[in-house]
Amino acid sequence: MSSTDAEYLHIVTQDEISDRRRNLGRLMIWGSATILLVLIVIQSLDQFSSFEFGFTTWRPTLYAYFFWATCLCWAQVILYGEQGRRRLFILPAVLFVISMVIFPLIFALGIAFSSWNLSSPDGRQFNGFDNAVEMWSDPFYWNALKNMVCYILAIIPEYIIAFCLAVLLNSQIRARKFFRVAFLMPLMLSPVAVSWMIGKSMLEIRFGPISRLVRALGWDNPSFFGSDEIARFMIMVMDAWTFIPFMMIMILAGLQAIPKELHEAAEVDGAPPWKKFWEITFPLMLPVSITAILIRIIFKLKLADIIINVTSGGPGGATDSVTSFIYREYRDRSNVGYGTFLAIVYLILIVIFMTFLIKMAERWSRPRY
Amino acid sequence: MAKQIFFDSKNDVAFRPKRFLGKTLVYLILIFWAIICLFPIYWTVTTTFKAAPDVMKGNLVPWWDFRPKWLGLKSLGLSPDRIFVESTVREEFLKRFYNSMIAAVGSSTLAVLLGSCTAYGLSRFKYRFGFMRNSDISFFFLSQLILPPVVLALPFLVLYKELALLDTRVGLIALYTLTVLPIVIWIMRDQFSSIPTELEEAALVDGLSIWGAFLTIIMPIALPGMVAAFIISLVLTWNEYFFAALLTSSHAKTLPVMVASQTGSQGISWWSMAALSLAAILPLIIIAIILERYIIKGMAAGAVK
Repeated sequence: MSSTDAEYLHIVTQDEISDRRRNLGRLMIWGSATILLVLIVIQSLDQFSSFEFGFTTWRPTLYAYFFWATCLCWAQVILYGEQGRRRLFILPAVLFVISMVIFPLIFALGIAFSSWNLSSPDGRQFNGFDNAVEMWSDPFYWNALKNMVCYILAIIPEYIIAFCLAVLLNSQIRARKFFRVAFLMPLMLSPVAVSWMIGKSMLEIRFGPISRLVRALGWDNPSFFGSDEIARFMIMVMDAWTFIPFMMIMILAGLQAIPKELHEAAEVDGAPPWKKFWEITFPLMLPVSITAILIRIIFKLKLADIIINVTSGGPGGATDSVTSFIYREYRDRSNVGYGTFLAIVYLILIVIFMTFLIKMAERWSRPRY
Repeated sequence: MAKQIFFDSKNDVAFRPKRFLGKTLVYLILIFWAIICLFPIYWTVTTTFKAAPDVMKGNLVPWWDFRPKWLGLKSLGLSPDRIFVESTVREEFLKRFYNSMIAAVGSSTLAVLLGSCTAYGLSRFKYRFGFMRNSDISFFFLSQLILPPVVLALPFLVLYKELALLDTRVGLIALYTLTVLPIVIWIMRDQFSSIPTELEEAALVDGLSIWGAFLTIIMPIALPGMVAAFIISLVLTWNEYFFAALLTSSHAKTLPVMVASQTGSQGISWWSMAALSLAAILPLIIIAIILERYIIKGMAAGAVK
């Protein structure tokens, strides 16, 4: 999304900021920052040394942080006038995201390099790279990573189905609105409810309607979560069921944006429908498809809810995604330090993978003719 | 009398079985997929009103092969005979429902407010924070989308414990806002960049301040986009399970956590699970039917430049 200068607003403003005003602004920022720092020092002393100030929580520091953030925003206007007012548009969100992401991430790094089991009385202890060594020899984590690769490859069939459905919806049909709403529906449903509705009840071996159907088709003893491959496949199907509408709608929007003239021109030239699809529709849809697939991959990397609720990783870790594996590491084993280390490794892998994908996508979506 | 000059081509007049078959095939596929999409919902709705034998026999059509009963709603204390009686189950359920609603609506509102200001700023002004230009700032926001929830879950668990925010709705709202903010910014940036800058220029010449122009002129025009962003955030936050499962225990537990915690222990009382699942999905089904246009608009943003 390249933006040239022409798209921006150009306003010439004349701001005369007096020295008094400037000093007031600086005083607000630094004054509130001092309050915040003093509070942090006092609370740390309270927490880590023998001084007692009677704090039970870190709430006072939180309020001081809010005060500082408000002062910082307000002072922008006082210090820079019109320019400051413009900064006010993005400053709150920037502060919010930084305090909610960067700070916990640093925190997470601290936890990741320590041995910390919530159920053991020792508390948190720094243990260097022990977690890394443990991870290296943990077959379940590698298995979960391998499963993630499978799950991500499942996006290709999902994409094909979504494309076909979008093409059908885009053709001359009646009751289009009904079909659009019906096709959209799975996306609205909560994964937890879906895992009960489909995973636990419809796939129930004795009474579930799908089991009945399968039995009628000749599979005598259906077992959907017994063997590794079938269980993994069922998870993929359920996840695909919820997310195909998402890709379908993005592709549909792309299809509707293709000018009709192109198809008419091809028709006049006598192109058969199949050729029309391959030489006009598909290439024009390439950028949209890549965006849809990228977003889908991002969502897929977070896949957990269905797995946690339907199989909880079973049988024997065959369906585990990384997220569900770490979730059980926290929930069942309270192994906080190790779990966080795995999460950080996962984050690093994702960042590398996504950067690579985005770079490739940029190259693909601008084909040279 | 003039002679007819133009004739329909033979191709157009003839009955074309191939074309007819093609149409039928298209409708068959569409109906097949619609059944795939809707059957689980139908199954859940009917199971809510089934007794155990009906479930086991696999009866599907109410009044034809089974008599609907109020079992599912009764288990939530919502059936006609229970609704005016004291019921602890109903109170529990309503509390979870209310928690979910507050968390979803609160965080979506917050995200839309923060996100549309940010998106507006990024689409209209040139910023420079150190080395960060506009595109870098946009990327900074959008890259939050990649962040997997597991990475944040534990630090927040510890952090919230220290801040006494564990098991509170405020804590959930803050976290949910963070997760949907990139999506809101994505949708709104698209929305604002389609509004010509001449509008604000005119407003500014007429003496409005930049915030005045934003609030009184641009916001109303961008309202459909804001609704779209709001609804998509609502869908994501209402359905959120991972953080809620880790960060809430008794007070702020949301509906998905309640549904999940029941699945293990219930055994075979299918009607109550079905009723609970139905309650978890019904609000969004209604929203989807009424506001389908906005959802599609929101998801299509960014697809088409």
